[in-house]
Amino acid sequence: MQKNRLTWMIGGPQGSGINASAEVFAKACSRAGLRVYANIEYHSNIMGKHSFYRVRVDDEDVRSYKDKADILVALDLETLAGDGDHRRWATHWGHLGEINDGGGVIFDSEIGFDPATANRPDLRFYPVPFMEIIKKALEEVGKGEQARRYEVMKNTVGLGASLALCEYPFDLVAEVIRSQFKGKRAEIGELNVRAAKLAFEHVKQHESAKDFPYTLKPNREPRARILAKGYEIHAIAKLKAGCSFQTYYPISPATDESVFLERQQRDYSLLVVQCEDEISSINMAVGAAHMGVRAATATSGPGFALMVEGIGFASITECPGPVLVMYQRGGPSTGMPTRQEQGDLQFSLHPAQGDFPHIVIAPGDLREAYQDTFSAFNWAERYQMPIIVLSDKKLASVYTTIDKLELKWDQIDRGERFTGSEWTAVDAKGANDAGTQAGHNGNGHGKMDLANVKEYLRYAFAKDGISPRSRPGIKGGRHWITSDEHDPDGHITEGVEMRVAMMEKRMGKLKLAQNAIPEEQQFFLHGPKDAELTVVGWGSTKGTILDALKLLEAQGKKVNFLQCRLMRPFPAKAVGDILRGAKRIVSMEENYSGQLAQVVQEQTGVMIGERINKFDGRPFSEDEVVNALAKVYEGAKAEPVVTHVH
Amino acid sequence: MSINAPAKPLAIKDYKSDLHNDWCPGCGDFGILTGIQMALQQLQIEPDKLAVYSGIGCSGKTPHYINGYGFHTLHGRVLTVATGGRLVNTDLTVLALGGDGDGYGIGAGYFVGAGRRNADFAYIVHNNNVYGLTKGQASPTLSKGKKTKSMPEQAIQDGINPVAMAVASGYTFIARGYALEPKYLASIIVKAIQHKGSALVDVLQTCPTYNDLYTKEWYEGADLPEKRSRLYKLEDKSYDGKVQDPTDAQEIVAKKAAAVARSYETDPIPIGIYYQIELPTYEDAVSQRIPALAEKPLVDQDVFHRDVTPLLEAMR
Repeated sequence: MQKNRLTWMIGGPQGSGINASAEVFAKACSRAGLRVYANIEYHSNIMGKHSFYRVRVDDEDVRSYKDKADILVALDLETLAGDGDHRRWATHWGHLGEINDGGGVIFDSEIGFDPATANRPDLRFYPVPFMEIIKKALEEVGKGEQARRYEVMKNTVGLGASLALCEYPFDLVAEVIRSQFKGKRAEIGELNVRAAKLAFEHVKQHESAKDFPYTLKPNREPRARILAKGYEIHAIAKLKAGCSFQTYYPISPATDESVFLERQQRDYSLLVVQCEDEISSINMAVGAAHMGVRAATATSGPGFALMVEGIGFASITECPGPVLVMYQRGGPSTGMPTRQEQGDLQFSLHPAQGDFPHIVIAPGDLREAYQDTFSAFNWAERYQMPIIVLSDKKLASVYTTIDKLELKWDQIDRGERFTGSEWTAVDAKGANDAGTQAGHNGNGHGKMDLANVKEYLRYAFAKDGISPRSRPGIKGGRHWITSDEHDPDGHITEGVEMRVAMMEKRMGKLKLAQNAIPEEQQFFLHGPKDAELTVVGWGSTKGTILDALKLLEAQGKKVNFLQCRLMRPFPAKAVGDILRGAKRIVSMEENYSGQLAQVVQEQTGVMIGERINKFDGRPFSEDEVVNALAKVYEGAKAEPVVTHVH
Repeated sequence: MSINAPAKPLAIKDYKSDLHNDWCPGCGDFGILTGIQMALQQLQIEPDKLAVYSGIGCSGKTPHYINGYGFHTLHGRVLTVATGGRLVNTDLTVLALGGDGDGYGIGAGYFVGAGRRNADFAYIVHNNNVYGLTKGQASPTLSKGKKTKSMPEQAIQDGINPVAMAVASGYTFIARGYALEPKYLASIIVKAIQHKGSALVDVLQTCPTYNDLYTKEWYEGADLPEKRSRLYKLEDKSYDGKVQDPTDAQEIVAKKAAAVARSYETDPIPIGIYYQIELPTYEDAVSQRIPALAEKPLVDQDVFHRDVTPLLEAMR
């Protein structure tokens, strides 16, 4: 049986519909039982700037992208030649250097590209008259004169043409196209299918298309897997967890999650509020969480920079939330809004003034994103603190097959709650003067023994540090909350003993979380225990590192991978033990300094000297990881990795 | 009030917490606190069904002195936290409190944002022209060229007009009160709470410690030869800011223009209701989108048995 292994790439200006084509192709493959890993690179621009989408297809699970494609569909000249001709500092030099030997290039014959200039005699070039084909498809239904209006169908033309090379069944793709144009738009769907078919036939006429070396076959026993993007998974996890209030302020690449949720408002009784800025977003979510619902928000670095005071506020007030999905992108400042970076780990760990508890978790893939986002809501209510789920641009926008999406830990845990009584602060006061005194006098010099107070106290010193929470509207659960240091009532205090007791109460909750969160969710050692080299990484590089490990294993290299997932509270002892037992350690991160390596050193005392960092705004490819690790394995010093741009 | 207690009318004392008050003697905040408590008593609002939010500053401490659920939030962010609470639990009476620096300076963006939404709450601004808790710097309502005894130099920036800003932002109830007339203030707060939508009550307030310009005596006009008050009540001049027909664009513009014109009167200064209109609230709009909310608020919805399978199936 033939082994399916193909990377298909489409490039064009923003707004030309490369996403639609790539996703149709990805879906046509996924529905036929193949595994897909697709990722997009795009500029922070609405129309015109260069973007490209890679679709990697395989029989086996693929969790990363390859440096080189087998087929390239070019909707414009820039995709082939780069932008050096119209920019003083070229952003890129085109993708011709990123095509495997003997690969195929389909391009619009109108863009003025001469294959002779490509300096790639091994490639097969297929000029296709995109507009002519669109016109022909329209003429068949008597709309030939409207061709310019349908220029956007060029992406489908390119897709249809490419199928002639890889021999993937046209009908499977046509079916996906049709399913995207339903109802009144069915006619447009048919036009797209027809244009794709004409392009398909056009390329088929070429003699060289007949024995094209990179082909793809549907699986004999197709199994339609879920084909999802990370932001969808974060959003669905929020729904599953009972989140009923989501706030946001538009920001790339976090917005997609909120817009997805916005569409579900009716069906799931969820309210999504678009706020005036991120300060409003976080604080509205804090207000909602204190009111007793599971509240969430989503943002990216610049928005997170505004949210930080709200995180400190949520933490000191022991708010049961919110859950914040933080989509990292290239920083600092506005940085690279649509590009990848794992640059906000340190920032997420230390977002605001003072010492305060919060939980930070960094899922490594879509399944972990589902679990961790779900668990975050339990932790928020159980430990009464804000939770940050660290995602990133890559995880948000990757489009990949998932066998099964399920929760290993699926219980809803709403934590300790006060459900109402006839005690009220007012009624109980007289009966318990001695007890309430410490709470009320604000200077902390009263008696601290509040065990016998017969009234609800929001910040009572419960044995495990978690005071049952009340919410407005509950009889007898009246209380105050304040961003100032406070006493058990929630009134301001600057007293010495009360300050110490409250700090210890709050900070102590981290220990509870550390003990209760399953170890498997805190970190995981992938691969052989007795490896020669241990890779330390976190977040969305997981799949790439695991794919690379397979290839290194085939080269006879014994490498394992310590994936850190729970960043706060950090599993310092276990991680320290593993690393102290490792023969050699190298960290692998998509940031400049090796932020996890710094956390590891701070938490465990283990210094990771070898750091493979990538900070060019692009995720690691499988090849880059294999090459970088192989070099270190052979004894070379770790070096930064840069995407090969020529 | 305990669950088993016989129903009896709530008294003013039922709205007082037992916390020691640390405002300066003679602070205008006392008058505002009293006005709020009188209004709550007049409306017989159950303390368990009351959520009072505040920002940071002297005014921010107000919820601690009120018996109800109190949320003392962050400087400038009170409206955001209050909105979040309000939207998920529509069974409560929501009050938001803050100072002029809090609401019109650091919180100006949220002041505007809240006006655009028109969620149902009353926002009471303690407007004393200075930042009291940091010892008397100029607030956003102090006019250019003015100098209180706490300031080293005259104000170099001009003051804003909160009423005009509220009109432009979309507040559907806009009023002004005076802290040292708590009874009259209470009558305005009652109407602000009863109003469905975002209600602004800007309260002219004295700061005896730092503001020696706008004192009790100044408001009373003790320095004027005719010894007349520097305040007048809008209704005493037959002014009616209420829009009778909310579908009449001309009437709306006329009433807004009248409110803005009055808000620029400086001597005497009008107090009372500048503008009011009955319009659908944010909550009304939300209930149309999420029909289940017409029955009960979000906080009481069962959201823990959701079936997300259809969403996942759609991805195959």
